[in-house]
Amino acid sequence: MSTVQPSPTVGYGSMRRKEDPRFVRGQGRYIDDLKLPGMLHGAVLRSPLAHARIISIDTAAAAAHPKVKAVITGADLAGLGLAWMPTMSQDTQAVLATDKVRFQGQEVAFVVAEDRYSARDALELIDVEYEELPVVIDARKALDADAPIIRDDKEGQTSNHIFDWEAGDSEETDRVFAAADVVVARDIIYPRCHPAPLETCGAVAQMDPVMGKLTLWTTTQAPHAHRTVYALVAGLPEHKIRIIPGDIGGGFGNKVPVYPGYVCAIVGSILTGKPVKWMEDRSENLLSTGFARDYIMHGEIAATSDGTITGLRVTTTADHGAFNATAQPTKYPAGFFHIFSGSYDLQAAHCKVTGVYTNKAPGGVAYRCSFRVTEAVYLVERMVDALALELKLDPAQLRLKNFIRPEQFPYQCKTGWTYDSGEYERAMRLAMEIAGYDDLRREQAEKRARGELMGIGIAFFTETVGAGPRKDMDILGLAMNDGADLRVHPTGKAVLGISAMSQGQGHETTFAQIVSEELGIPSADIEVVNGDTDRTPYGLGTYGSRSTPVSGAATALVARKVRERARLIAAGMLEASPDDLEWERGRWFVKGDPEQGSTIQEIAMAAHGAGDLPEGVEGMLEDTCVYNPPNLTFPFGAYICVVDIDPGTAKVVVRRFVAVDDCGVRINPMIVEGQIHGGLAEGVGIALMELIAFDEQGNCLGGSFMDYLIPTALEVPEWELGATVTPSPHHPIGAKGVGESPTVGSPPAIVNAIIDALHDSHGVDHIDMPCTPGRVWDAMQGRAEPPQ
Amino acid sequence: MQVPAPFEYERATSVQHALELLRARGPDARLLAGGHSLLPMMKLRLAAPEFLIDIDPLAGELGYIREQDGELRVGAMTRHRALLESDAVARHATIITDAERVIADPVVRNRGTIGGALCQADPAEDLSAVCAALEATVVVRGADGDRVLTMPEFHRGPYETAVGDAEMLIEVRIPLHPVAGSAYEKVERRVGDWAVAAAGAAVRLHAGVITRAGIALTAVGAGVTSGAAEQALAGQPPSEATFAAAAELAARDCSPTTDQRGSVEYKRHLARELTLRALRTATARALRGDA
Repeated sequence: MSTVQPSPTVGYGSMRRKEDPRFVRGQGRYIDDLKLPGMLHGAVLRSPLAHARIISIDTAAAAAHPKVKAVITGADLAGLGLAWMPTMSQDTQAVLATDKVRFQGQEVAFVVAEDRYSARDALELIDVEYEELPVVIDARKALDADAPIIRDDKEGQTSNHIFDWEAGDSEETDRVFAAADVVVARDIIYPRCHPAPLETCGAVAQMDPVMGKLTLWTTTQAPHAHRTVYALVAGLPEHKIRIIPGDIGGGFGNKVPVYPGYVCAIVGSILTGKPVKWMEDRSENLLSTGFARDYIMHGEIAATSDGTITGLRVTTTADHGAFNATAQPTKYPAGFFHIFSGSYDLQAAHCKVTGVYTNKAPGGVAYRCSFRVTEAVYLVERMVDALALELKLDPAQLRLKNFIRPEQFPYQCKTGWTYDSGEYERAMRLAMEIAGYDDLRREQAEKRARGELMGIGIAFFTETVGAGPRKDMDILGLAMNDGADLRVHPTGKAVLGISAMSQGQGHETTFAQIVSEELGIPSADIEVVNGDTDRTPYGLGTYGSRSTPVSGAATALVARKVRERARLIAAGMLEASPDDLEWERGRWFVKGDPEQGSTIQEIAMAAHGAGDLPEGVEGMLEDTCVYNPPNLTFPFGAYICVVDIDPGTAKVVVRRFVAVDDCGVRINPMIVEGQIHGGLAEGVGIALMELIAFDEQGNCLGGSFMDYLIPTALEVPEWELGATVTPSPHHPIGAKGVGESPTVGSPPAIVNAIIDALHDSHGVDHIDMPCTPGRVWDAMQGRAEPPQ
Repeated sequence: MQVPAPFEYERATSVQHALELLRARGPDARLLAGGHSLLPMMKLRLAAPEFLIDIDPLAGELGYIREQDGELRVGAMTRHRALLESDAVARHATIITDAERVIADPVVRNRGTIGGALCQADPAEDLSAVCAALEATVVVRGADGDRVLTMPEFHRGPYETAVGDAEMLIEVRIPLHPVAGSAYEKVERRVGDWAVAAAGAAVRLHAGVITRAGIALTAVGAGVTSGAAEQALAGQPPSEATFAAAAELAARDCSPTTDQRGSVEYKRHLARELTLRALRTATARALRGDA
C-alpha cells in the first residue's frame, strides 16, 4: 500500500480525497436529495410480460386518483412525436410502449402525482390488456426460422438479426490454424450481469416556462452527450437545456444511456408546469436499465506443440435485448472486442460477432469496461489456460513464452490496434514473486495428495482505453474528445472545468493534482467542476476508463498553456525576456539568477492587477483546451488468484488475490489502489455470484438484491497489489486509464483458478460463471450447464 | 425507493392489547415484529396487509432467555442478536448459536426476532429446523389462554403455522439434557443469502449410546423433522457409519427443487453432506460436555 500524505500537497502522490469529507459524513448531494418547491413525483408502469401486444390501456381510474396530476401513455407521447427515441447504437427504443411490450419491465405508462406513494398507488389503477406473444430468450435461438420477430416496428426487419461484424484476416487465420500442431476449442459464455450502482437512476426535470429553459438534474456519466440527445429527441434548443448530475453514487456504465424515465420526467414537467422527480427503485434498475455482457462465444486457439501460440479465432452471438441500446462508438457494434488477441504475439487472429434481439432488457453497457474489452480478455485468458491444459504446460510459463516483447512496441496487432507501450514479462514476474508462485504450486501438490482442492489461476490482460481519436471513433457522430478550462483567480486560487463526470472516481482530487503538478498551486487551492453543462466544456463524459487518458490530458495541456501565459507576464514583472526565464514548480525565475523570480500566485495577481502588462499580453490568467487523443492507451496487468474449494459442498473461497497493474504514471497512487480494490471485488462478484437470469417465459429472475447477489467484504480476501510503471508515450503525462482493469482482469483469474483446482481430481476443463457452489458441484459431477 | 400500499398502523402496548387488536381487526391484520420479512414484501407490494399491529413495544415483555423447569425459555420477541450473544444458548443449544451466526447480516439480526422468524415460516428460514431438531415446544396465546405445541404441530409448511388469526406466539421452550450436543451446517451462495440447504442435528447421549437425535433440514422441502434419520440413530452408538446411514436417509426423505441456488441433485447431496457434518459436530460437542 502507498503511504498517504496529509493534504494539502503539491503535485502527484497519494493524498486523501478532497470529496470524501462530504461523502463519509453523508453530505453528498444526490438526485434523490433534491427537493424543489411544488415538486411532483413520477412512477413508471412496467410490463409484466416479456412479449405481448397491447390491446388497450385504460387510465381513467388512475387519472381520477385525487393526488394524480397526469397519466402519460405511449399514445400520448406519439402525439408529441416522443414515443420512440434514438439509442446510442443507431437503433430506436420505445419511451413508452405503443404497439407491443418487448421485455419484462418495459415502460408502459407514466404517472405524475403529488407524492411518490400516490404515484405508485395509481399505477395499480391502470388497466392494460395484453395479448401474449411467444418469446425469444435464448440468443442462440434468436435467428431460428420459427423465432418470433421482436422488432416488427422496424421497416424491413424480417428477423432478430442486428449486425454481423468482424475483425482480423479470416483467410490468414484459417491458414495458421491449418498449419497448427494443436488446436483447442471452448464454448465460453460471459453471462448477463448488471452494474447495479448503489444509487439507482433518476432525474428531476424542471421546465421553466418563464425562461423557456429546461434544467435536468440527473444521474448521467455523460452530461454533455445527454444534452445533445435531448435537443435532438425533444426538439428543445440545446442552449436552453442544462444538465446537472450532482454527486453520482456509482455508475459503472449503467448511467451512460438515456432512459425512458428521464424523458418521461421531462414530459411530465412540461405538461404540469411543475418540477417532476422520477427515481427508479432497485428492482426497476435491475430489470430495465443497462445490463452488461451476455456474450456467447466459441473460441479456438492454435499453437505449435512446444507452446508457441500462433492464432486465435472466435465467433460470438451477442444478446442485445429488445432494443439495440448499447453505448459504444459508432463504427464498432461489438465495441473493442477485437482486442481479444490480448497480450500475445500471434501470427493471425479473427473474430466474428453477430448481434441479435431477444425479449430481454436492452443495454449491453460497458460495465466497468472499455466497450467489450472485458469479454475479449475473458475469452483469450480462458483460451490460453485451455491450451496450457492441453499441452500440460504451466499457465504462467505459457504466457511468458508468448508475450509481446518490450522492443516490439508500438505493437501493431492483427486486428487493427496499435498498442502504445508494455513490459509484460516484468509485470508477470512481479506478480509471481508477490504470490510466491513456485511455493504455491508446491503447496497445491501437497494438498492434492491429501484430497484437498486448491487452485491457482492466472490472467494477464491488455486493455484499450481512452476513446478516442476523432479519425477513428465517435458516438452519435460526436467526436470523443474532451475539453478543459482553467481560470486562475487573482489570489492564486484556481477553478478547473472538465468534461469528465465523476461517479466516485475522485476527479476532484486527481484533476486538481494534475493542475498542481503543472503549476505548483497546492491542490487544495484548485476547485474542480464537473458535470454541470452550463459550467463545463463540452466532452463525452466518464466511462471506458477515458477520464485520465482524455480529460486528464486536456487538463495537463490547459495548465501548460496557462503556465506559458504566466511566463509572459512574469517576464514583464522581472524585466527579462521570456526566453531567459526558467520554470521550477510554482515559479518562473531568471536563468542564472534564481533569486529573481515570481511565484504563480504573484503572477496571477499581476495578471489581474491595474499595472501594465507586456505588449500583446492579455490580462487575466486563464485558458481552454480540447484534447483529441492520437491513440488509445493500453494499460495491462498480471493477476494471480488462489482459491480453496470445499470438496463436500463445492463452495469456493478466494483465499489470495495478487494484482500487479501497470497504468503508466500514477497521479494519486492511493486512488488508483482504491479503484483496483473496488474493481477486484466486482470481479469476484461476477465470477462467483452475479447473474441476471431468465425463465422460459422471459421473467427476470434477478430483480432484487435477494436474487442478484453482489459481493460483500466477507467474500473478498485482503488484496495484494503491485505496480510497474510503463508510461504511455503519447499521453502528455504518460498516464493510462485504470478504473476498469481490475474488473476486466479478475474474472478469468478466478475461473482459471477454479478449473485448476478441479481438473486433476474431477476432470473439469471448463465452467461458466457464476461459479456458485451449486454450479461448481454440477461441474464436479461432469454435468456443467451453461447459465440460464 | 420502493413504497408500500396504504395501511393502517397501531403500536401494541401489551400482549393483551395486541390480542385485542387482532380480534377486533380480523384476518386483515398482521403482527409486525422485527419487520425484516414483512416490510420488504410490503415494499415490493407482494404483501398488502390493511392493518399492522406493531409489537416492537413488547420487546421488553417478550425479550428474554432464561432457564426454568429444565427448559431454556426464549421470549418470542428475543432478537437474533441476543440469541447469538447468549452464553446460556451457546452452552445448552449451540445449534442456535451456529445458526444465528449465518442468519442474514448484523442489521437484520439487530431487529429480527425468533418469534417473527418462526411465524413467517419461510421455507429457507433457519430457526424452524433448529427448533425442530431441539424438540422445542412453542407457546401460543389466544383469548382462551395458552396452547403449548410441538414443532410438528406448530409448523404446517411453507408460510403456514398453527397460529390462529387472533393468536400470537409468546415463547419458545427448549428442553435441557445433561449430555447433549447440537450443531447447524449451512451452505449459502454469499454471506447473508438464504440457505441453499442447511441441516441441524441435536444429539443426546447416555452410556455411550445415542438416546435421541433430532435431525431437521432447511430449504430442501423436507418434513419438519427427518423422522427416518432420527429413528436410524436412536439406540445406536455414535459412529461414522451410523451418521452416514442417517444422512443418507435424511437426503432421501427431502424433496428439493431446482432454482438459482442449485439443482435438485446438488441440494440432495448437501442434505446428506451437511447432516453428516452436523451429526459429527453435535456428537463431538456432547462428548466434550459442551452441550
